[in-house]
Amino acid sequence: MSVPSGQVKVAIRGVTRQFPTDEAAIEVLQDIDLEIREGELVCILGPSGCGKSTLLNIVAGFLEPTRGSVTIDGEPVVGPDRRRIFVFQERGVFPWLTVTGNVAFGLDGLGAAERSERVRHYIDLVGLRGFERAYPHELSGGMKQRLEVARAFAVSPDVLYLDEPFGALDSITRLTMRRELLRLWRAERKTILFVTHDIEESVQIADRVVVLTARPGRVRRIVEIDIAHPRDLSDPRYIELRDAIFAEIGLAHQI
Amino acid sequence: MRRWERFALPLTASACLLAVWSLAVHVTATDIFPSPLAVAQGIGELFRRGILVSYVVDSMRRVAIGFALASLFAIPIGMLCGWSRSINAAVNPLVQALRPISPIAWMPLAVIWFGIGEAAPVFLIFLGGFFPLVLAANNGVRNVPEIHLRAAANFGLSTFATLRRVVFPAAVPNILIGLRISLGVSWLVLVAAEMIAVDSGLGYLIIDARNAGKRYDLVVAGMLLIGTIGLILDSSLRRLERARIFRWGFRG
Repeated sequence: MSVPSGQVKVAIRGVTRQFPTDEAAIEVLQDIDLEIREGELVCILGPSGCGKSTLLNIVAGFLEPTRGSVTIDGEPVVGPDRRRIFVFQERGVFPWLTVTGNVAFGLDGLGAAERSERVRHYIDLVGLRGFERAYPHELSGGMKQRLEVARAFAVSPDVLYLDEPFGALDSITRLTMRRELLRLWRAERKTILFVTHDIEESVQIADRVVVLTARPGRVRRIVEIDIAHPRDLSDPRYIELRDAIFAEIGLAHQI
Repeated sequence: MRRWERFALPLTASACLLAVWSLAVHVTATDIFPSPLAVAQGIGELFRRGILVSYVVDSMRRVAIGFALASLFAIPIGMLCGWSRSINAAVNPLVQALRPISPIAWMPLAVIWFGIGEAAPVFLIFLGGFFPLVLAANNGVRNVPEIHLRAAANFGLSTFATLRRVVFPAAVPNILIGLRISLGVSWLVLVAAEMIAVDSGLGYLIIDARNAGKRYDLVVAGMLLIGTIGLILDSSLRRLERARIFRWGFRG
Protein backbone atom coordinates (compact mmCIF):
# COMPACT_ATOMS: atom_id res chain seq x y z
CA MET A 1 0.00 0.00 0.00
CA SER A 2 1.40 3.34 -1.01
CA VAL A 3 1.38 5.53 2.08
CA PRO A 4 0.09 8.91 0.95
CA SER A 5 1.84 12.09 1.92
CA GLY A 6 0.07 14.59 4.15
CA GLN A 7 -1.30 14.19 7.64
CA VAL A 8 -3.16 10.99 8.42
CA LYS A 9 -6.73 11.77 9.50
CA VAL A 10 -8.37 8.35 9.73
CA ALA A 11 -6.33 5.24 10.49
CA ILE A 12 -8.00 1.84 10.14
CA ARG A 13 -5.81 -0.94 11.53
CA GLY A 14 -6.46 -4.65 11.22
CA VAL A 15 -10.24 -4.22 11.30
CA THR A 16 -12.12 -7.51 11.19
CA ARG A 17 -15.83 -7.84 11.71
CA GLN A 18 -17.86 -10.98 12.23
CA PHE A 19 -21.60 -11.34 12.54
CA PRO A 20 -22.75 -14.27 14.66
CA THR A 21 -25.27 -16.67 13.17
CA ASP A 22 -26.81 -19.88 14.52
CA GLU A 23 -24.06 -22.12 13.19
CA ALA A 24 -20.90 -20.07 12.85
CA ALA A 25 -19.79 -16.47 12.75
CA ILE A 26 -19.83 -14.95 9.29
CA GLU A 27 -16.80 -12.83 8.58
CA VAL A 28 -17.71 -9.78 6.52
CA LEU A 29 -14.49 -7.81 6.87
CA GLN A 30 -10.99 -9.20 7.23
CA ASP A 31 -7.89 -7.32 8.30
CA ILE A 32 -8.64 -3.97 6.75
CA ASP A 33 -5.67 -1.59 6.91
CA LEU A 34 -6.17 1.85 5.50
CA GLU A 35 -5.03 5.39 6.11
CA ILE A 36 -6.89 8.44 4.90
CA ARG A 37 -5.22 11.81 4.72
CA GLU A 38 -6.75 15.05 5.88
CA GLY A 39 -8.86 16.56 3.12
CA GLU A 40 -8.75 13.44 0.99
CA LEU A 41 -11.75 11.99 -0.84
CA VAL A 42 -11.51 8.21 -0.73
CA CYS A 43 -14.00 5.85 -2.35
CA ILE A 44 -14.53 2.39 -0.92
CA LEU A 45 -15.63 0.25 -3.82
CA GLY A 46 -16.84 -3.29 -3.86
CA PRO A 47 -19.63 -5.63 -4.90
CA SER A 48 -22.74 -5.69 -2.75
CA GLY A 49 -22.31 -7.77 0.38
CA CYS A 50 -18.55 -7.14 0.56
CA GLY A 51 -18.88 -5.32 3.87
CA LYS A 52 -18.13 -1.81 2.63
CA SER A 53 -21.11 -0.32 4.46
CA THR A 54 -20.13 -2.29 7.55
CA LEU A 55 -16.66 -0.76 7.31
CA LEU A 56 -18.13 2.74 7.05
CA ASN A 57 -20.41 2.10 10.03
CA ILE A 58 -17.41 0.93 12.07
CA VAL A 59 -15.39 4.01 11.16
CA ALA A 60 -18.40 6.21 12.03
CA GLY A 61 -18.75 4.54 15.43
CA PHE A 62 -22.15 2.91 14.85
CA LEU A 63 -20.65 -0.60 14.95
CA GLU A 64 -17.72 -2.08 16.80
CA PRO A 65 -15.04 -4.09 15.04
CA THR A 66 -14.56 -7.66 16.22
CA ARG A 67 -10.80 -7.07 16.06
CA GLY A 68 -8.67 -4.11 15.14
CA SER A 69 -9.14 -0.41 15.74
CA VAL A 70 -10.01 2.89 14.13
CA THR A 71 -8.38 6.12 15.21
CA ILE A 72 -9.16 9.63 14.03
CA ASP A 73 -6.57 12.34 14.74
CA GLY A 74 -4.88 9.69 16.88
CA GLU A 75 -7.93 9.16 19.12
CA PRO A 76 -9.76 5.84 19.08
CA VAL A 77 -13.34 5.95 17.80
CA VAL A 78 -15.75 4.88 20.54
CA GLY A 79 -19.08 6.03 19.11
CA PRO A 80 -20.74 8.49 16.76
CA ASP A 81 -19.46 12.05 17.04
CA ARG A 82 -20.87 15.32 15.76
CA ARG A 83 -17.47 16.25 14.28
CA ARG A 84 -17.97 13.43 11.79
CA ILE A 85 -21.33 13.22 10.08
CA PHE A 86 -22.81 10.22 8.32
CA VAL A 87 -24.92 10.92 5.24
CA PHE A 88 -27.49 8.26 4.43
CA GLN A 89 -29.47 7.97 1.26
CA GLU A 90 -32.10 10.66 0.84
CA ARG A 91 -34.47 9.03 3.34
CA GLY A 92 -32.19 10.21 6.13
CA VAL A 93 -33.72 13.71 6.28
CA PHE A 94 -36.44 14.31 8.87
CA PRO A 95 -39.80 14.41 7.07
CA TRP A 96 -41.51 16.44 9.82
CA LEU A 97 -39.07 19.35 9.47
CA THR A 98 -38.90 21.90 6.68
CA VAL A 99 -35.73 22.43 4.66
CA THR A 100 -34.72 25.12 7.17
CA GLY A 101 -35.57 22.88 10.13
CA ASN A 102 -33.48 20.04 8.75
CA VAL A 103 -30.41 22.18 8.05
CA ALA A 104 -30.70 23.78 11.51
CA PHE A 105 -31.12 20.41 13.24
CA GLY A 106 -27.54 20.11 14.51
CA LEU A 107 -27.08 23.81 15.30
CA ASP A 108 -28.66 23.97 18.76
CA GLY A 109 -25.57 25.30 20.46
CA LEU A 110 -25.39 28.44 18.31
CA GLY A 111 -27.02 31.82 18.84
CA ALA A 112 -30.09 32.58 16.76
CA ALA A 113 -28.32 35.02 14.45
CA GLU A 114 -25.38 32.76 13.68
CA ARG A 115 -27.69 29.78 13.26
CA SER A 116 -29.92 31.44 10.70
CA GLU A 117 -26.88 32.80 8.89
CA ARG A 118 -25.37 29.34 8.65
CA VAL A 119 -28.65 27.77 7.59
CA ARG A 120 -29.02 30.35 4.83
CA HIS A 121 -25.43 29.81 3.69
CA TYR A 122 -25.78 26.06 3.30
CA ILE A 123 -29.23 26.21 1.75
CA ASP A 124 -27.71 28.51 -0.86
CA LEU A 125 -24.67 26.32 -1.27
CA VAL A 126 -26.72 23.24 -2.16
CA GLY A 127 -29.08 25.22 -4.37
CA LEU A 128 -32.24 24.98 -2.28
CA ARG A 129 -32.92 28.70 -2.01
CA GLY A 130 -36.63 29.33 -2.47
CA PHE A 131 -37.48 25.98 -0.82
CA GLU A 132 -36.73 26.99 2.79
CA ARG A 133 -40.27 26.30 3.96
CA ALA A 134 -40.86 23.16 1.89
CA TYR A 135 -41.16 19.75 3.52
CA PRO A 136 -39.04 16.84 2.24
CA HIS A 137 -42.05 15.09 0.71
CA GLU A 138 -42.52 18.13 -1.48
CA LEU A 139 -38.96 17.81 -2.86
CA SER A 140 -37.46 15.57 -5.54
CA GLY A 141 -35.04 12.77 -4.63
CA GLY A 142 -32.03 14.83 -5.68
CA MET A 143 -33.17 17.81 -3.63
CA LYS A 144 -33.68 15.62 -0.57
CA GLN A 145 -30.15 14.31 -0.98
CA ARG A 146 -28.78 17.83 -1.24
CA LEU A 147 -30.75 18.73 1.87
CA GLU A 148 -29.11 15.91 3.77
CA VAL A 149 -25.68 17.00 2.59
CA ALA A 150 -26.48 20.57 3.70
CA ARG A 151 -27.60 19.30 7.13
CA ALA A 152 -24.27 17.51 7.46
CA PHE A 153 -22.08 20.42 6.24
CA ALA A 154 -23.91 22.91 8.49
CA VAL A 155 -22.37 21.51 11.67
CA SER A 156 -18.86 21.96 10.19
CA PRO A 157 -17.70 18.38 10.55
CA ASP A 158 -14.13 17.52 9.61
CA VAL A 159 -15.09 14.16 8.19
CA LEU A 160 -18.08 13.12 6.12
CA TYR A 161 -19.18 9.53 5.60
CA LEU A 162 -21.34 8.93 2.58
CA ASP A 163 -22.97 5.51 2.18
CA GLU A 164 -24.00 5.11 -1.46
CA PRO A 165 -25.59 8.53 -1.18
CA PHE A 166 -26.67 8.79 -4.79
CA GLY A 167 -27.69 5.16 -5.28
CA ALA A 168 -31.43 5.85 -5.36
CA LEU A 169 -31.23 8.74 -7.84
CA ASP A 170 -31.68 8.61 -11.59
CA SER A 171 -28.49 8.67 -13.68
CA ILE A 172 -28.74 12.31 -14.73
CA THR A 173 -29.33 13.56 -11.20
CA ARG A 174 -26.52 11.30 -10.02
CA LEU A 175 -24.02 13.04 -12.33
CA THR A 176 -25.15 16.47 -11.17
CA MET A 177 -24.91 15.43 -7.53
CA ARG A 178 -21.33 14.19 -7.99
CA ARG A 179 -20.36 17.53 -9.50
CA GLU A 180 -22.03 19.36 -6.61
CA LEU A 181 -20.32 17.21 -4.04
CA LEU A 182 -16.93 17.91 -5.63
CA ARG A 183 -17.73 21.62 -5.63
CA LEU A 184 -18.57 21.53 -1.90
CA TRP A 185 -15.52 19.42 -1.19
CA ARG A 186 -13.23 21.87 -2.99
CA ALA A 187 -14.86 24.78 -1.15
CA GLU A 188 -14.48 23.29 2.33
CA ARG A 189 -11.84 20.54 2.05
CA LYS A 190 -13.49 17.99 4.28
CA THR A 191 -12.10 14.51 4.54
CA ILE A 192 -14.63 12.29 2.77
CA LEU A 193 -15.16 8.55 2.86
CA PHE A 194 -17.54 7.57 0.13
CA VAL A 195 -18.92 4.04 -0.21
CA THR A 196 -20.15 2.98 -3.62
CA HIS A 197 -20.57 -0.05 -5.85
CA ASP A 198 -20.34 2.15 -8.95
CA ILE A 199 -16.91 1.96 -10.59
CA GLU A 200 -17.44 4.99 -12.81
CA GLU A 201 -18.61 7.05 -9.87
CA SER A 202 -15.51 6.19 -7.86
CA VAL A 203 -13.11 7.08 -10.69
CA GLN A 204 -14.96 10.34 -11.32
CA ILE A 205 -14.75 11.71 -7.80
CA ALA A 206 -12.06 10.00 -5.72
CA ASP A 207 -8.42 10.80 -5.00
CA ARG A 208 -8.00 7.13 -4.28
CA VAL A 209 -10.25 4.15 -4.85
CA VAL A 210 -10.01 1.31 -2.34
CA VAL A 211 -11.20 -1.85 -4.08
CA LEU A 212 -12.54 -4.49 -1.69
CA THR A 213 -12.86 -8.20 -2.44
CA ALA A 214 -16.17 -10.06 -2.16
CA ARG A 215 -17.02 -11.41 1.29
CA PRO A 216 -15.10 -11.38 3.44
CA GLY A 217 -14.05 -7.92 2.37
CA ARG A 218 -10.31 -7.39 2.21
CA VAL A 219 -8.41 -4.56 0.57
CA ARG A 220 -7.71 -5.90 -2.87
CA ARG A 221 -6.03 -2.90 -4.35
CA ILE A 222 -5.80 0.84 -3.90
CA VAL A 223 -5.91 2.86 -7.10
CA GLU A 224 -4.62 6.42 -7.11
CA ILE A 225 -6.72 8.56 -9.46
CA ASP A 226 -4.15 11.03 -10.72
CA ILE A 227 -6.44 13.14 -12.86
CA ALA A 228 -6.99 16.83 -12.12
CA HIS A 229 -10.52 18.15 -11.55
CA PRO A 230 -12.69 18.84 -13.46
CA ARG A 231 -12.24 15.40 -14.93
CA ASP A 232 -12.85 14.76 -18.57
CA LEU A 233 -14.74 11.49 -18.88
CA SER A 234 -13.26 10.81 -22.31
CA ASP A 235 -9.69 11.39 -21.13
CA PRO A 236 -7.59 8.28 -22.00
CA ARG A 237 -6.22 8.20 -18.45
CA TYR A 238 -9.78 8.14 -17.04
CA ILE A 239 -10.70 5.25 -19.32
CA GLU A 240 -7.47 3.44 -18.49
CA LEU A 241 -8.04 3.68 -14.72
CA ARG A 242 -11.69 2.78 -15.02
CA ASP A 243 -10.92 -0.28 -17.14
CA ALA A 244 -8.15 -1.32 -14.79
CA ILE A 245 -10.67 -1.42 -11.95
CA PHE A 246 -13.21 -3.24 -14.09
CA ALA A 247 -10.51 -5.84 -14.84
CA GLU A 248 -9.50 -5.97 -11.18
CA ILE A 249 -13.05 -6.84 -10.15
CA GLY A 250 -13.18 -9.40 -12.95
CA LEU A 251 -15.70 -7.72 -15.18
CA ALA A 252 -15.12 -7.26 -18.86
CA HIS A 253 -16.14 -3.75 -19.77
CA GLN A 254 -18.61 -4.94 -22.34
CA ILE A 255 -22.26 -5.71 -22.30
CA MET B 1 -62.93 13.09 -7.18
CA ARG B 2 -64.47 16.46 -7.95
CA ARG B 3 -65.46 18.76 -5.14
CA TRP B 4 -69.22 18.57 -5.69
CA GLU B 5 -69.02 14.77 -5.87
CA ARG B 6 -67.54 14.61 -2.38
CA PHE B 7 -70.79 16.05 -1.10
CA ALA B 8 -73.26 14.78 -3.68
CA LEU B 9 -72.28 11.08 -3.49
CA PRO B 10 -72.75 10.58 0.26
CA LEU B 11 -75.90 12.75 0.26
CA THR B 12 -77.39 10.61 -2.53
CA ALA B 13 -76.59 7.40 -0.66
CA SER B 14 -78.17 8.79 2.54
CA ALA B 15 -81.26 9.93 0.61
CA CYS B 16 -81.64 6.44 -0.87
CA LEU B 17 -81.44 4.87 2.59
CA LEU B 18 -84.05 7.31 3.91
CA ALA B 19 -86.36 6.45 0.98
CA VAL B 20 -85.99 2.69 1.55
CA TRP B 21 -86.56 3.17 5.29
CA SER B 22 -89.61 5.33 4.70
CA LEU B 23 -91.04 2.89 2.18
CA ALA B 24 -90.41 -0.11 4.43
CA VAL B 25 -92.24 1.52 7.37
CA HIS B 26 -95.10 2.45 5.04
CA VAL B 27 -95.43 -0.97 3.37
CA THR B 28 -95.25 -2.99 6.59
CA ALA B 29 -97.50 -0.50 8.40
CA THR B 30 -95.50 -1.15 11.59
CA ASP B 31 -96.38 0.86 14.63
CA ILE B 32 -93.22 -0.05 16.52
CA PHE B 33 -90.54 1.31 14.25
CA PRO B 34 -90.77 5.06 13.48
CA SER B 35 -90.63 6.58 10.00
CA PRO B 36 -87.94 9.16 9.17
CA LEU B 37 -90.55 11.87 9.49
CA ALA B 38 -91.54 10.72 12.98
CA VAL B 39 -87.88 10.76 13.99
CA ALA B 40 -87.46 14.28 12.65
CA GLN B 41 -90.54 15.35 14.64
CA GLY B 42 -89.01 13.64 17.66
CA ILE B 43 -85.85 15.71 17.30
CA GLY B 44 -88.03 18.80 17.02
CA GLU B 45 -89.81 17.81 20.21
CA LEU B 46 -86.49 17.37 22.05
CA PHE B 47 -85.51 20.83 20.93
CA ARG B 48 -88.77 22.35 22.16
CA ARG B 49 -88.41 20.61 25.52
CA GLY B 50 -84.98 22.27 25.73
CA ILE B 51 -83.05 19.05 26.21
CA LEU B 52 -81.59 18.55 22.73
CA VAL B 53 -78.74 21.01 23.17
CA SER B 54 -78.10 20.23 26.83
CA TYR B 55 -78.02 16.46 26.22
CA VAL B 56 -75.59 16.89 23.31
CA VAL B 57 -73.40 19.18 25.39
CA ASP B 58 -73.44 16.78 28.37
CA SER B 59 -72.48 13.83 26.19
CA MET B 60 -69.74 15.70 24.41
CA ARG B 61 -68.33 16.97 27.68
CA ARG B 62 -68.11 13.44 29.11
CA VAL B 63 -66.46 12.14 25.97
CA ALA B 64 -64.07 15.11 25.87
CA ILE B 65 -62.95 14.55 29.47
CA GLY B 66 -62.65 10.75 29.12
CA PHE B 67 -60.82 11.06 25.81
CA ALA B 68 -58.48 13.77 27.12
CA LEU B 69 -57.60 11.65 30.17
CA ALA B 70 -57.03 8.63 27.94
CA SER B 71 -54.69 10.67 25.71
CA LEU B 72 -52.86 12.10 28.70
CA PHE B 73 -52.02 8.65 30.07
CA ALA B 74 -51.96 6.47 26.96
CA ILE B 75 -49.54 8.47 24.81
CA PRO B 76 -46.67 8.62 27.34
CA ILE B 77 -47.21 5.01 28.46
CA GLY B 78 -47.35 3.75 24.88
CA MET B 79 -44.27 5.75 23.92
CA LEU B 80 -42.30 4.45 26.90
CA CYS B 81 -43.25 0.87 25.97
CA GLY B 82 -42.10 1.48 22.42
CA TRP B 83 -38.84 3.03 23.56
CA SER B 84 -37.74 0.59 26.29
CA ARG B 85 -37.82 -3.17 25.88
CA SER B 86 -37.85 -3.69 29.63
CA ILE B 87 -40.81 -1.38 30.19
CA ASN B 88 -42.60 -3.05 27.31
CA ALA B 89 -41.90 -6.51 28.74
CA ALA B 90 -43.34 -5.40 32.07
CA VAL B 91 -46.36 -3.41 30.91
CA ASN B 92 -47.46 -4.83 27.58
CA PRO B 93 -48.86 -8.18 28.88
CA LEU B 94 -51.03 -6.21 31.33
CA VAL B 95 -52.27 -3.96 28.55
CA GLN B 96 -52.99 -6.93 26.31
CA ALA B 97 -54.89 -8.73 29.10
CA LEU B 98 -57.05 -5.73 30.01
CA ARG B 99 -57.65 -4.60 26.43
CA PRO B 100 -60.18 -7.27 25.34
CA ILE B 101 -62.39 -6.61 28.37
CA SER B 102 -65.30 -4.49 27.20
CA PRO B 103 -65.74 -1.24 29.14
CA ILE B 104 -69.32 -2.45 29.76
CA ALA B 105 -67.91 -5.20 31.98
CA TRP B 106 -66.49 -2.49 34.23
CA MET B 107 -69.93 -0.93 34.81
CA PRO B 108 -70.69 -2.55 38.20
CA LEU B 109 -67.23 -1.69 39.52
CA ALA B 110 -67.45 1.85 38.16
CA VAL B 111 -70.64 2.43 40.11
CA ILE B 112 -69.17 1.02 43.31
CA TRP B 113 -66.02 3.12 42.95
CA PHE B 114 -67.46 6.39 41.73
CA GLY B 115 -71.12 6.26 42.80
CA ILE B 116 -73.74 8.41 41.13
CA GLY B 117 -72.42 11.28 39.04
CA GLU B 118 -70.11 12.19 36.21
CA ALA B 119 -67.05 10.17 37.22
CA ALA B 120 -68.42 6.70 36.42
CA PRO B 121 -69.33 7.30 32.75
CA VAL B 122 -66.13 9.32 32.23
CA PHE B 123 -64.16 6.37 33.60
CA LEU B 124 -65.80 3.97 31.12
CA ILE B 125 -65.11 6.35 28.23
CA PHE B 126 -61.52 6.68 29.44
CA LEU B 127 -61.13 2.88 29.41
CA GLY B 128 -62.51 2.66 25.88
CA GLY B 129 -60.14 5.29 24.55
CA PHE B 130 -57.06 4.28 26.52
CA PHE B 131 -56.06 0.92 25.01
CA PRO B 132 -56.10 1.64 21.27
CA LEU B 133 -54.00 4.73 21.91
CA VAL B 134 -51.41 2.89 24.01
CA LEU B 135 -51.00 0.44 21.16
CA ALA B 136 -50.72 3.15 18.51
CA ALA B 137 -48.14 5.18 20.45
CA ASN B 138 -46.15 2.00 21.17
CA ASN B 139 -46.15 1.09 17.47
CA GLY B 140 -45.30 4.61 16.43
CA VAL B 141 -42.17 4.70 18.57
CA ARG B 142 -41.15 1.17 17.67
CA ASN B 143 -41.34 2.00 13.97
CA VAL B 144 -39.14 5.07 14.09
CA PRO B 145 -36.61 4.37 11.32
CA GLU B 146 -33.19 3.32 12.59
CA ILE B 147 -31.46 5.94 10.41
CA HIS B 148 -33.33 8.75 12.20
CA LEU B 149 -32.10 7.44 15.55
CA ARG B 150 -28.59 7.17 14.17
CA ALA B 151 -28.75 10.72 12.86
CA ALA B 152 -29.85 11.88 16.33
CA ALA B 153 -26.88 10.05 17.89
CA ASN B 154 -24.56 11.43 15.22
CA PHE B 155 -25.59 15.02 15.96
CA GLY B 156 -24.92 14.38 19.64
CA LEU B 157 -28.50 14.53 21.01
CA SER B 158 -29.12 13.40 24.60
CA THR B 159 -31.73 10.69 25.22
CA PHE B 160 -34.30 13.28 26.24
CA ALA B 161 -33.58 15.46 23.20
CA THR B 162 -33.79 12.38 20.97
CA LEU B 163 -37.22 11.54 22.39
CA ARG B 164 -38.48 15.09 22.03
CA ARG B 165 -36.93 16.05 18.68
CA VAL B 166 -36.89 12.75 16.79
CA VAL B 167 -38.92 9.94 18.37
CA PHE B 168 -42.07 11.93 19.17
CA PRO B 169 -42.38 13.73 15.81
CA ALA B 170 -41.63 10.49 13.98
CA ALA B 171 -44.40 8.75 15.93
CA VAL B 172 -46.97 11.50 15.40
CA PRO B 173 -48.67 9.93 12.34
CA ASN B 174 -49.27 6.69 14.26
CA ILE B 175 -50.44 8.64 17.29
CA LEU B 176 -52.88 10.60 15.13
CA ILE B 177 -54.33 7.36 13.81
CA GLY B 178 -54.55 6.14 17.39
CA LEU B 179 -56.35 9.32 18.44
CA ARG B 180 -58.93 8.78 15.72
CA ILE B 181 -59.56 5.18 16.72
CA SER B 182 -59.60 6.16 20.37
CA LEU B 183 -62.08 8.99 19.87
CA GLY B 184 -64.27 6.63 17.85
CA VAL B 185 -64.27 4.04 20.65
CA SER B 186 -64.90 6.73 23.30
CA TRP B 187 -67.98 7.86 21.40
CA LEU B 188 -69.00 4.23 20.94
CA VAL B 189 -68.83 3.58 24.69
CA LEU B 190 -70.93 6.68 25.40
CA VAL B 191 -74.34 4.93 25.27
CA ALA B 192 -73.30 2.24 27.70
CA ALA B 193 -71.54 4.79 29.91
CA GLU B 194 -74.67 6.93 30.20
CA MET B 195 -76.78 3.92 31.14
CA ILE B 196 -75.34 4.28 34.62
CA ALA B 197 -75.10 6.99 37.20
CA VAL B 198 -76.36 9.94 35.13
CA ASP B 199 -79.70 11.31 33.94
CA SER B 200 -78.75 13.33 30.89
CA GLY B 201 -76.97 12.81 27.58
CA LEU B 202 -77.68 11.04 24.32
CA GLY B 203 -77.04 7.57 25.77
CA TYR B 204 -79.42 8.31 28.64
CA LEU B 205 -81.98 9.62 26.11
CA ILE B 206 -82.03 6.25 24.33
CA ILE B 207 -82.45 4.20 27.51
CA ASP B 208 -84.96 6.65 28.99
CA ALA B 209 -87.09 6.88 25.83
CA ARG B 210 -87.29 3.09 25.71
CA ASN B 211 -88.13 2.71 29.41
CA ALA B 212 -90.51 5.64 29.73
CA GLY B 213 -93.25 5.04 27.22
CA LYS B 214 -91.53 3.07 24.43
CA ARG B 215 -90.80 6.24 22.45
CA TYR B 216 -88.95 4.57 19.57
CA ASP B 217 -88.93 7.80 17.58
CA LEU B 218 -86.74 9.31 20.32
CA VAL B 219 -84.62 6.14 20.49
CA VAL B 220 -83.83 6.41 16.79
CA ALA B 221 -83.37 10.19 17.09
CA GLY B 222 -80.72 9.57 19.75
CA MET B 223 -79.00 7.02 17.51
CA LEU B 224 -78.93 9.40 14.56
CA LEU B 225 -77.56 12.24 16.69
CA ILE B 226 -74.77 9.99 18.02
CA GLY B 227 -73.91 8.90 14.48
CA THR B 228 -73.87 12.41 13.09
CA ILE B 229 -71.73 13.85 15.88
CA GLY B 230 -69.35 10.88 15.57
CA LEU B 231 -68.98 11.60 11.86
CA ILE B 232 -68.20 15.27 12.52
CA LEU B 233 -65.62 14.43 15.21
CA ASP B 234 -63.87 11.88 13.01
CA SER B 235 -63.68 14.14 10.00
CA SER B 236 -62.21 16.95 12.12
CA LEU B 237 -59.41 14.63 13.23
CA ARG B 238 -58.97 13.50 9.63
CA ARG B 239 -58.40 17.10 8.62
CA LEU B 240 -55.42 17.10 10.95
CA GLU B 241 -53.86 14.24 8.97
CA ARG B 242 -54.00 16.37 5.87
CA ALA B 243 -52.22 19.30 7.54
CA ARG B 244 -49.03 20.13 5.66
CA ILE B 245 -46.76 19.27 8.58
CA PHE B 246 -48.24 15.76 9.04
CA ARG B 247 -48.93 14.85 5.43
CA TRP B 248 -45.62 12.98 5.06
CA GLY B 249 -46.91 10.26 7.36
CA PHE B 250 -50.06 9.46 5.39
CA ARG B 251 -50.30 7.94 1.93
CA GLY B 252 -52.73 9.35 -0.61
